[in-house]
Amino acid sequence: MSDIRIERLDAFRWIIPPTGGMRVPGIIYADERMMQAMGTDESPRQVANVAHLPGIIGHSLAMPDIHWGYGFPIGGVAAFDMDEGIISPGGVGYDINCGVRLMATNLQIGEIKGRLRELVIALFRKIPAGVGSESTCKLSVAEEKRVLRQGAVWAIDRGYGSDGDLPAIEDGGAMPGADPDCVSDRALERGRRQLGTLGSGNHFLELEVVEEIFDRRVASTFGLTAEGQVAVAIHTGSRGFGYQVCDDYLARMVKRSGALDFPLPDRQLACAYLASDEGKEYLAAMACAANYAWANRQILMHWTAQTLEKTLQRSPRDIGMRLVYDVCHNIAKVEEFEIEGRKTKVCVHRKGATRALPPRHPSLPDRYRESGQPVLIPGDMGTGSYVLAGTDKALEETFGSTCHGAGRVMSRSRALKASRNRSIAGEMADRGVIVLAAGKKTLSEEMPEAYKDIEGVVNVVHRAGLSTKVARLRAVGCIKG
Amino acid sequence: MKNDADQAPSPPYRIFEHTADLGVEICGTDERNLFRNAALALSDIMTDRSRVRGREEREIVAEGGDREEVLVNFLREILYLYNGEGWLLKECEISAVDGFHLRATATGEPFAHGRHTMDVEIKAVTYHRAEIRRSGQGWTGRIICDV
Repeated sequence: MSDIRIERLDAFRWIIPPTGGMRVPGIIYADERMMQAMGTDESPRQVANVAHLPGIIGHSLAMPDIHWGYGFPIGGVAAFDMDEGIISPGGVGYDINCGVRLMATNLQIGEIKGRLRELVIALFRKIPAGVGSESTCKLSVAEEKRVLRQGAVWAIDRGYGSDGDLPAIEDGGAMPGADPDCVSDRALERGRRQLGTLGSGNHFLELEVVEEIFDRRVASTFGLTAEGQVAVAIHTGSRGFGYQVCDDYLARMVKRSGALDFPLPDRQLACAYLASDEGKEYLAAMACAANYAWANRQILMHWTAQTLEKTLQRSPRDIGMRLVYDVCHNIAKVEEFEIEGRKTKVCVHRKGATRALPPRHPSLPDRYRESGQPVLIPGDMGTGSYVLAGTDKALEETFGSTCHGAGRVMSRSRALKASRNRSIAGEMADRGVIVLAAGKKTLSEEMPEAYKDIEGVVNVVHRAGLSTKVARLRAVGCIKG
Repeated sequence: MKNDADQAPSPPYRIFEHTADLGVEICGTDERNLFRNAALALSDIMTDRSRVRGREEREIVAEGGDREEVLVNFLREILYLYNGEGWLLKECEISAVDGFHLRATATGEPFAHGRHTMDVEIKAVTYHRAEIRRSGQGWTGRIICDV
């Protein structure tokens, strides 16, 4: 552990008491084994650094998939007062609205087992993936600005999916307040060519099968009705557009950090007051990137459905692909919480953390009113995903937030070394997962050992009560960038 | 123009890694040389620089509140040449640099499938832990990139 003091609070919570300039304590959700495994990792120091920022409310929080990030740790959650607090591009991350969507189908694994390879190849051909991949859907700047304002609504208006998808997307697929005038020409230029692409790194599109159902009633509400049912998960974000928005605003805020009335413990924590013009402009540009990501995942979902229909020669009704939910896990959002007995609007940063709203929350669509929000947690390549449901406890303790995934434990070069003389694709095939990747090194860099154990992460949030396990899905086919 | 693609000795740099990121430590005989080597190191990591030809020139300016900020902002410009314009850097000449400003001329060419490869996709150059030090032997710099 780094040089900061950490005390055990209860079975799954560890507190960093405030010292020096920390305005609030830090809290890390983890079990004992995870805390020990953290070793000399500096992420607890980063939790403490975030606690220095003005206007932070309650605690600087970290989920069990916490790992080192730039400035803010990945797995970090922090809420800020709208009048006295800040917003930080580094608290959102470069890939704004990186997220996951899950689609259920009427297919059973037995029906497609013999055609899996064919399906994965067809998806790999249809979905642009990998470094520098460009979309078949190139945009004029005027059209791109519509994407930025309307998000998934734009995509549906152009025939990608249907209106029924919108309630199953966080924020209805369009974050309010998006203003393309707050976005640089550079970001617009990068965004024009990448809408409808998967990207590279840890992004994927995966064919999955329901392996285990923990809560049958809630699973059925989510459209996951039985073991053996085929589903599709898409993990991607706002591509180069979001990166450029983050990069532009970080540079602006770093430049002006000397003018702030408080010291920054780390330059990458550069931020602006939410009430300042700069803070408002970042939020408006970030919303554009969030909307871009929702349009992106909406388009990819539509192409996936088309590919399944064409390859299997079955009708859309027959395949029955429907959106379970779409979550973002790199975002800052203005949300309302009850704080000290008063309803208060705050700006919640979730950097590698997922919103997890409880049953009966007003932001939920009718279909999930009684179940709570579906929370989608992707594992590492080819492992599959967990579906969880939001809880009241998350609303009380973590500003309605939970974990987001596995988190890396091995650097890319260590993974490359560890995979030398091995066929990762072959090993995945032995485990029953057909994987195709655009980049020759991607499979090695993304091999399962390079990531934390997703089960451990999910068990902590389940037992800590931040979200409850609903179903586990196993991967059977995967395309990577 | 004669192909100069075979004259690209690697600049002095070393890669150190964090779990999800790529750190680069660069050396230079003096401040200008450090900034030049940093630009070349970035290009070297991304592609086989020996296959890039210096057919076109780009002027680059960067500024910052201190040397580290100038270095990161300079490398952000180099990275944008690829990420935004699909343009690869072959060489770089620093015409002026002080603690707050930099002016440079880059030579290179547009990325071409078949001719060039993209070995490591650098997604961003971060300010996190950026550092420049001056020692008896020369200058060293450290930056962390998102990959």
